Amino acid sequence: MTAPKAKPILEVDRLDLGYGELQVVFEVSLEVARGELVGLVGGNGSGKSTVLRAISGMITPWSGEIGFDGLKVNGLKPHQMTRLGMAHVPMGRQLFPNLTVEENLSLGAYLRRARHNRSRNLERVFELFPDLVSKRRQPAGSLSGGQQQMLAIARALMLDPKMLIMDEPSLGLAPFLVKEAMQVVRRVADMGLPILLVEQNVRQVLLVSDRAYVLENGRLVIDGPSVDLMDNPLVKKAYLGL
Amino acid sequence: METAVALLQNISGGILIGGVYALVGTGLSLIFGVMRVINFAHGEFLAVGMYLALVGHAAFGLEPYLAMLLVAPLGFFVAFSIERLVLSRLVDSPEQSTLLATLGLALILSNALLLLFGAEPKTMYVSYATATVNLGRVTLSIPLLLAGFVATMIILALYLFLTKTEPGRAVRATAENRLGAELVGINTLAVHSVVFGLGSLIAMAAGFVLMPLLFAIPTVGAGFTLKAFVVTVLGGMGSISGAIGGGLVLGLAEVLGASYLSTGYRDAYGLIAFLAVLLLRPEGLFGRTIKRV
Repeated sequence: MTAPKAKPILEVDRLDLGYGELQVVFEVSLEVARGELVGLVGGNGSGKSTVLRAISGMITPWSGEIGFDGLKVNGLKPHQMTRLGMAHVPMGRQLFPNLTVEENLSLGAYLRRARHNRSRNLERVFELFPDLVSKRRQPAGSLSGGQQQMLAIARALMLDPKMLIMDEPSLGLAPFLVKEAMQVVRRVADMGLPILLVEQNVRQVLLVSDRAYVLENGRLVIDGPSVDLMDNPLVKKAYLGL
Repeated sequence: METAVALLQNISGGILIGGVYALVGTGLSLIFGVMRVINFAHGEFLAVGMYLALVGHAAFGLEPYLAMLLVAPLGFFVAFSIERLVLSRLVDSPEQSTLLATLGLALILSNALLLLFGAEPKTMYVSYATATVNLGRVTLSIPLLLAGFVATMIILALYLFLTKTEPGRAVRATAENRLGAELVGINTLAVHSVVFGLGSLIAMAAGFVLMPLLFAIPTVGAGFTLKAFVVTVLGGMGSISGAIGGGLVLGLAEVLGASYLSTGYRDAYGLIAFLAVLLLRPEGLFGRTIKRV
């Protein structure tokens, strides 16, 4: 375990999670340091999205603890996590399809903490995603899949977040767009924003992230700096097809 | 010539009453669009509005339109609290739960009215009850004209609220994608309460504007719930412009049917138009296929 020096922005301690009677995540612990891009990877049904749902407040943990920015946040609702400064790029993007691109972005800065910086942030995200500028008056539902993913990231950035969590941003994108999306994630991380990136596409995540955790059947099996994981024989065999 | 004047007369009457139906339907449509709740108590809120207008008039001599402004906050608060107490507990539960809950609410409201005011019809006399205005050879009743005008203004205000204001945008975001709305920090349960309050207040307002035209009985609501459904389904569920179109179609069908076919079946013409639309265009006259992302 490579322990970051400063106090991490996100600390997850021995989380047990499940749905109904069925436990799907067992004693998962992880952390994200300030400025770090961390991957949480694993196959279908490994429980990675469930971990993320617990962190963003969509489900309540059975046991264990989630700490964000020095606060214990177990059991908070999604909008309360957002209020604390955790922005979420959800699976399936969850945009407002009949609202315009600009309205979607505007709603990203709905909270008071972001509202007064709205126009500044709008300029900033348009700089980061120039493709969106010419589409600003179009309904979000009319954008291509790749553009919608950019919009989902841009909407999250409108919050002026302290941290970003992303659920499968590559889902449903063409391979060349996946690469581009990952580059965007890296660029955002380089702006100093800590990111927890949940993905099935292990290779792409290891290429851009600083560290990564590998989940299998709801348990952490390996973690470490991404460059090391790339050379790890287990990871190579199970996820990189080498 | 006479027939042309009569037709014009009927069309104007149909449009004006259609405006009120549009108002009733808009409230129902707003609640459905945002909360996905089919509100069987919608007409009962209209009935409550009628009785509030009566009380305001009888006890304080208030004009119904003035009374409407005065009791609006109270009406909003009552509906808001009902949502908090009942419907907010049923969020994420199967549709039939909220449907049964609002049906129960409808029974409670209409029986409460029966208990408080008795079963006999009540009317309200306003000084302008029989006043008319002539436009060319078409004669329009002032109370009906006022009702149509106020209904239009309320719909316009709602439209501006939804499209031009920050809370309005939050309401539309919640309607489009509740999870997405939560994730940008919108307290969607609070939005639900506000929307139920607003939608029900709209029904009450319709009760106020109708009071000088109709008489109130405790069970008047059920008929209006049905009309509201007809209006929203005609126009396509969950859209305000659809509710306007649906309201006008219903108003015209009723008035034209009553004058040219038979007065006794006034309520049936709306339902016949409704069936015809469902057969030919199940998505509603102005509805599009619902797009969910």
